[in-house]
Amino acid sequence: MTECIQLAGGKVYDPANGIDGEVRDLYVEQGCMVETPSSSPRTIDVSGMVVMPGGVDIHCHIAGPKVNLARKLQPEDHRRDPHPGTEHTRSGAGGTVPSTFATGYRYATLGYTTAMEAAVTPIGARHTIEELHDTPVIDKGFYVLLGNNIFLQQLIRDGRKEEFRQAVAWWVNATKAYTTKLVNPGGDEPWKGKKNSNVKDIDEKSDFIPVSPRQVIDAFVDTVNELGLPHPPHIHCNNLGHSGNFQTTLETMKTAGDRRAHLAHIQFHSYAGELGKNPKSASREIAEYVNDHPNITCDVGQVMFGKSTIMTADAPLAYMLRGFKKGKWVNADTECESGCGIVPFSYQEHIYVHALQWAIGLELFLLSKDPWRIVLSTDHPNGGSFMSYPKLIRLLMDREFRREEIKRVNQKAINSTILNELEREYTLNEIAIITRAGPARALNLSNKGHLGPGADADITIYDEMADKEAMFNAPRYVIKSGALIIEDHEFRRDYYGKLLHTEPGYDESIVAEVRPFFENYYSIEFPNYAVDDSYLHDHEVIATV
Amino acid sequence: MSENVKVVENATCTFCGCVCDDMILTVDMDEKRITKSKNACILGKAWFAEHYIEEDAPVAMIDNRPVSMEEAVEEAARTLVNARFPITYGLSDTTCEAQRQAVAITDTIRGNIDTTTSVCHGPSGIALQGVGESTMTLGEVKNRADLVIYWGGNPAESHPRHFGRYAVTAKGMFTPRGKKDRHVVLVDVRRTPSAPAASQFIQVKPGKDFEVLWALRALVKNRRIDPDIEEETGVSLETMEELVERMKNCRYGVLFFGMGLTMTRGRHFNSGALLALATDLNEYTHFVAKPVRGHGNVTGADNVMSWQTGYPFGVNFSRGFPRFNPGEFTTVDLLAKRDVDAALIVATDPASNFPQAAIDHLANIPVVCLDTKATLTSKLAHVAFRTSTYGINTAGTVYRMDDVPITLRKAFDSPFPNDEEILTAIRKRVRELVLARGQARGATGVSRAAAPLQ
Repeated sequence: MTECIQLAGGKVYDPANGIDGEVRDLYVEQGCMVETPSSSPRTIDVSGMVVMPGGVDIHCHIAGPKVNLARKLQPEDHRRDPHPGTEHTRSGAGGTVPSTFATGYRYATLGYTTAMEAAVTPIGARHTIEELHDTPVIDKGFYVLLGNNIFLQQLIRDGRKEEFRQAVAWWVNATKAYTTKLVNPGGDEPWKGKKNSNVKDIDEKSDFIPVSPRQVIDAFVDTVNELGLPHPPHIHCNNLGHSGNFQTTLETMKTAGDRRAHLAHIQFHSYAGELGKNPKSASREIAEYVNDHPNITCDVGQVMFGKSTIMTADAPLAYMLRGFKKGKWVNADTECESGCGIVPFSYQEHIYVHALQWAIGLELFLLSKDPWRIVLSTDHPNGGSFMSYPKLIRLLMDREFRREEIKRVNQKAINSTILNELEREYTLNEIAIITRAGPARALNLSNKGHLGPGADADITIYDEMADKEAMFNAPRYVIKSGALIIEDHEFRRDYYGKLLHTEPGYDESIVAEVRPFFENYYSIEFPNYAVDDSYLHDHEVIATV
Repeated sequence: MSENVKVVENATCTFCGCVCDDMILTVDMDEKRITKSKNACILGKAWFAEHYIEEDAPVAMIDNRPVSMEEAVEEAARTLVNARFPITYGLSDTTCEAQRQAVAITDTIRGNIDTTTSVCHGPSGIALQGVGESTMTLGEVKNRADLVIYWGGNPAESHPRHFGRYAVTAKGMFTPRGKKDRHVVLVDVRRTPSAPAASQFIQVKPGKDFEVLWALRALVKNRRIDPDIEEETGVSLETMEELVERMKNCRYGVLFFGMGLTMTRGRHFNSGALLALATDLNEYTHFVAKPVRGHGNVTGADNVMSWQTGYPFGVNFSRGFPRFNPGEFTTVDLLAKRDVDAALIVATDPASNFPQAAIDHLANIPVVCLDTKATLTSKLAHVAFRTSTYGINTAGTVYRMDDVPITLRKAFDSPFPNDEEILTAIRKRVRELVLARGQARGATGVSRAAAPLQ
């Protein structure tokens, strides 16, 4: 299956192993990186090319119930962007929400070999795994939505800390998830039960279950760290998109104290200004806090101009965005677990708020002092498609290009930021960190994001070009688990990656606690809820830490 | 009855889109019969009780002549590969695992694929693409709904447990007294056996659903409606105004709708009007809508098609990538226009329920048919496979009408292979044939004509 390969003479960027553009040979055998191969390898001359570990997307929406609803909703999204099959690959549909096959192949054509679906309802886990199995090339996992889970909130209310910990561990096992996800904690109940309202303050308690978002965040940060899940709770803060929300974001990070936490698409949570009025940038306040707190990791959620699809478990947010154009909108409530909203969207250069969002994302990248803790993302497809990553990389690496792009957008927005003053240009080594080594470390994927002996042989090889967008748009070679998938820009074979998940230990007695609640308030039978092992196919259990 | 009895708990009934997963089946393992199906409704009981296996039926037939599985797979693959415009149809009464294989075959042969959605809730799918949908899982209805409206459907006869398990008498978190905590409205063109379960019945003149829905939308937006609407629709303005007040003031409202709405005059305009009404009501309160789907896994078919191709039904691969165009790439239309020259029919019987023009063409082209029993379609088929029944003899995944995926439990073994096994074998052979044909045509032909193995 996988060959023994020598990659000869490439410029290697492997920041996790301190290698910054050094010319050296690399060896691949049995799907892994090796010091020296045991058999004679096929040599590929990659001299003059840039060699990096395969990209790792820490936050995207690529599979599962809400993604598929967004696909069904938008034939117009697919129609102008067909994805033809080849001798080796399946056909599909593109757009901001591509079909599963197109998703996997397109990630591969950018040099990405791992991606994490960031929000899955527990009851939708089985569906998500089925889709991920049809998503080729990449390894993949998902974060399970537990922050608005009614049963878990009741345990928090009752101060039953130990039962809470056991129940979280049970849910992660039952769904085959990678970690827990919180989305607008406390927001579902007012949305579903109080005429589409929302929680507005991190310390506001719901009438139904008197628990505040802060209590939920604290409980998850505590429990997930205690359980040692490879990735901490992945948090979508309250008040996403609202002016002045950076205070909520700071309070969320303060709630985590010095414990590990990941802040998702932090750009959408870095707004100053007065609620209900136009936002201002709070990137300095947010970047400063992140810079000073090594326990915090984040991904940016950069906005890129053009078509996007808003899809989120934050249903009130999607409804607010729907209000601008009154276009088509999906709301999907999941019993006892989550809400969901979907709105087709487009970011436009001339609109103040959109230009400001774009600028704030870039400010956050450029103000960040530790590239290991800020990950490149567009919250695909919310801020834009993952297909825009190469352009985003160019914006970060090429100051002149950035200046030209800045001129094209709403100047009132730009003038309210410090983007024009930021001279920084990312280096290739830093790009390798924010797209590979950093996210792999934040996910505790010790075999990914680097090219040292024992690492998974997930490798991307680019022609070195001055135009970084062109360079990152089309790697010459992509190797996945030692298999040469793309050679000279063409697919040479198909490959199905594995599901990455974790299995924290728990006490079986918790099942007796969950079950009665389940039998009263769910609509499927408890024994039919957990995802059984027959859905796993190729998979890897990532150890707790 | 023999002593050799097995009990299967938490089994799933795949007869209708309710996909109730609380069956307790008693199986006589010697007789290979289900003797008892606790918790099943009248339809489910019949589904299980009438299930028997014709042990002596051939596993496969070519032109009604018994053949081996291998021969049939070979002939089926050749038939599909040699066709210039092959179609795949059916898929709503089989597992997602089988559906995935069917899409793969169609992608490889650059055919056309469509499901029974195109003849049931296809218009709801089109409406969804137009206006979106505020929707929910059925547990939310059980827990929260204080206003439930059924429009153009008769669940008492089509989905008998819909009332008790999910929507009318079901007791939940905020509806501890079940029906006492709800107002239930039935809207239909005639008083059906579902009417007694409702608190209120509203009779609409046939073909006037759209007019009523549009008037309700106008009233929700505080527009004036002429009282002569009653003459047009059979529903008085006063009734409409009262209903609108109820809808605006409920805590959690639900609109369920059936084929009385989607398959009558107006079709996707009707579904669209209803979905838009539910959306409009969210200005005032929380309101959701849901089509009440028929077949056991038609919702799975929509999902598999959407994730593999981007579109829910009516998909054509002739250009090497999926295109969607209901009315053109939907099966009845293709057959009636006599465009197609071979068909792969999975788990459905179009020869018994399609328009005559479509059936006539089906009888004139080679058909590959997979079904659990002899049907009119299997009788006219060139290659007919006998398959095991999903949910009884075959495990796998199905999606309930609210997109909730459920794993089936097998009650007992069948001597016949399941759809997934047969389709996987056909897929493998189809790919070999397509690759060989591509090589015969030269290198460019390979990449144009072939699709991959997964």
